Amino acid sequence: MSGHSERTPEPSLVPSAPLLRVIPVGSYAGRARTLVLRSALAYRRAWLAFVSGFFEPVFYLLAMGQGLGSLVGQLPGPDGAPLGYAAFIAPGLLAASAMNGAVFDSTYNVFFKLKYSKLYDAMLATPLGPVDIALGEIGWALLRGGLYSAGFLAVMGAFGLLTSPWAVLALPAALLVALAFGAVGMAATSFMRSWQDFDLIQLAIMPMFLFATTFFPLEVYPRPVQLLVECLPLFHAVELMRGLTTGAVSAGLWAHVAYLVVMAVLGGVVAIRRLGTLLLR
Amino acid sequence: MTGAAMVRATGLTKRFGGLEAVRGIELDVAPGEVFGFLGPNGAGKSSAMRMIACVSPRSSGSLRVLGLDPDVDGPAIRARIGVVPQQDNLDAELSVRQNLEVYGRYFGLSRARVRRRAAELLEFAQLTDRAESPVEQLSGGMKRRLTIARSLVNDPELLLLDEPTTGLDPQARHLLWDRLYRLKQRGVTQLITTHYMDEAEQLCDRLVVMDGGVISAEGSPGELIARYCTREVVELRFAPDASRPGAEAFAGVAERVEELPDRWLLYAADGEAVLGAVHRSGVRPRASLVRRATLEDVFLRLTGRSLAD
Amino acid sequence: MRTVTAPEGGGRVLPGWRAVLVVMEHFWIWYRRGWRATVVSSVVQPLLFLLAFGVGFGSLVDAGGGASQVTGGVSYLVYLAPGLLAMSAVQTAAFESTYPVMSGFKWQQIYWGMAASPLTPGQIAVGHLCWISARMLSAGAVYVLIIGLLGGVVGFGIVLSLLCATLCGTAFAALVMAFASVVRNEGAAFSAFFRFVLIPMTLFAGTFFPVERLPEWVRPIAWATPLWHGTELSRGAALGTLGWWPALGHLVYLVALLALGVGLVRRLFRRRLAI
Repeated sequence: MSGHSERTPEPSLVPSAPLLRVIPVGSYAGRARTLVLRSALAYRRAWLAFVSGFFEPVFYLLAMGQGLGSLVGQLPGPDGAPLGYAAFIAPGLLAASAMNGAVFDSTYNVFFKLKYSKLYDAMLATPLGPVDIALGEIGWALLRGGLYSAGFLAVMGAFGLLTSPWAVLALPAALLVALAFGAVGMAATSFMRSWQDFDLIQLAIMPMFLFATTFFPLEVYPRPVQLLVECLPLFHAVELMRGLTTGAVSAGLWAHVAYLVVMAVLGGVVAIRRLGTLLLR
Repeated sequence: MTGAAMVRATGLTKRFGGLEAVRGIELDVAPGEVFGFLGPNGAGKSSAMRMIACVSPRSSGSLRVLGLDPDVDGPAIRARIGVVPQQDNLDAELSVRQNLEVYGRYFGLSRARVRRRAAELLEFAQLTDRAESPVEQLSGGMKRRLTIARSLVNDPELLLLDEPTTGLDPQARHLLWDRLYRLKQRGVTQLITTHYMDEAEQLCDRLVVMDGGVISAEGSPGELIARYCTREVVELRFAPDASRPGAEAFAGVAERVEELPDRWLLYAADGEAVLGAVHRSGVRPRASLVRRATLEDVFLRLTGRSLAD
Repeated sequence: MRTVTAPEGGGRVLPGWRAVLVVMEHFWIWYRRGWRATVVSSVVQPLLFLLAFGVGFGSLVDAGGGASQVTGGVSYLVYLAPGLLAMSAVQTAAFESTYPVMSGFKWQQIYWGMAASPLTPGQIAVGHLCWISARMLSAGAVYVLIIGLLGGVVGFGIVLSLLCATLCGTAFAALVMAFASVVRNEGAAFSAFFRFVLIPMTLFAGTFFPVERLPEWVRPIAWATPLWHGTELSRGAALGTLGWWPALGHLVYLVALLALGVGLVRRLFRRRLAI
């Protein structure tokens, strides 16, 4: 995925690329895209599961925007201007679904392939290395997440919830969110021993989904809780997304972007190193 | 004797849609007997076993197990028999001991009884020191022994074993055979399906050869060999690319000849004499072997193919 | 092994209710080994949901003043709590009667082991259903305690709510078990079921807001779901706002669904286990 061709014969030809310096030599064959192709093939048989992923946030938007919205009326938006409830939660749902999809792909799916179907063991018997696997899986998760996000943005547009041209940037923002959570999720998976440990992931994901300003603004909390919520990664994803879709764009958004970029890099480095030691014992 | 048959079937048939898996078989299993079904995969052995185990209703024919009709008294029959299925269906999340105890409860045994029984069976299956391990950690042979121990939890009068040793290494198989032999000595009637002729010869008092859903022969291993085979067999192997002799080369030398993909089999009472005659006639096999006839030869004779097919 | 033919000896056929209890005993022993894993789903999840929607979102509703016309004067937390009780029962039903049932046939294959004993397929099905029901009841009791701690209980009617929620969950579980016993692939059908049945049901069946707030054409779909009837009963019992006739109607609907589900699941288990 880092620009060299399918036919690159030597796995360790690019020692100058900064990312590859932290990677054990011989663990990258530059063929991560074959993994993406495999995932696409596998999903062609489960197209219903694939398509259904698109509907989940749409159901939430319909139910919450319409039903709950009728209970609360308007809320203050990011820049203080009043905002309809549907327009308030839609970017939150977009960020949350990018998170959920990426975490699911990089934890349950990867763990299953790692421990049960032994898929990666079979791949490592070919020229592919652990880095190809990590990049391929993350690449697929991004592709899938990107399609879902584009679909959800289209629905938002149809409901008239996109009021600013900045909303165009919501798609790359969703990809960044997915990348950050996918990288951290994969790093976490490499430490998992059994399915029991996945409760911990649920324990991290669910509170974020519920409390990171997805459904109600930060102002409902007392100040100490606000500080806590502001540390959550999903909070930054939601605020970034809400700024873009409502057009309340300020330099402050860069802070959210920076948070997510740091997350992606740290998660990615840990994931690649851990996968290497796990797969090439 | 016949009045007390453990299993009696006439015209027993099992159909799955258009496929006829068991095609009108007759069975009569006496108490204390070890009775075998020998046949290749897909011969209908397991389907027959499942009907006898009262978990699969018959399509037609009559069947009595312990003198009762499975269609009417399925639960009552199942309460008195033990079943070892082809694939272990142990509870992987429970310990070895819990597997025995929980299973015993299905048979209406009291908690105290189940506890005592589990201890006895752990001893019998040589699993006492693994009693508290999760089943997941057991080897294939240990799981198989546990499945057999589990099937004994209700002191069954009749034990059904569907391919008890398939997939086990030789040592594990011998250990299992020993346990089954002990059960036989205690008078437990056993029905065993297998596609290993050595297993059938070791364990069974009487057996039927099954192929394509029908029984093609019945008798003790010795009787079957005497009836369908000669005492000895000569095996001749030829190099794959060398021109092989035709059947006419052996005409008159042996009582009967069979051609297999990799060798010729020559059936005769005196194998050494046949081998001498072959050599004198100028045929030069790459390797040759004289051995005693086995059930495999009986099977080949009856069905025209080998068990490994 | 000296006692092979001891008089206390062999197995016997259990009467139906004992057979069901024996199957439940199996799941209980299973559950005892891994109960810690269920703490998250049965304690932490309800607590977080109540905090987020009852307290956090509720503060918006209560402040906006638009609430009292919907909740009948009580706070949003009090309005929401019995609804969440029913929703959580239905969620437990969905999770406990999909993959575990498939695993019983296919992965762990425990049903096959049971079927070789004197237990009948019908008893196995009903035993598993009763176990799921017991799980809903106990998890719901914990939920009620949490609601009480957060100040969402206004009377003893909440105990009745718990029973109604369990009835609703059991009726749904029986239907889902019947569905799970015909799924043969590796559960792709389940993810479609979760996304197209379970999630829309939990969102649209009146847990968070009255069904009347939905567009007119959606309402009949919500009315057909067991969760709507369970929610109406549960909320009615807790707040004392439900008349006798509507209550009877909801009860009859849920009992009828339960009877249908039990009939179906017994049949389908028999068809799958006795082939």
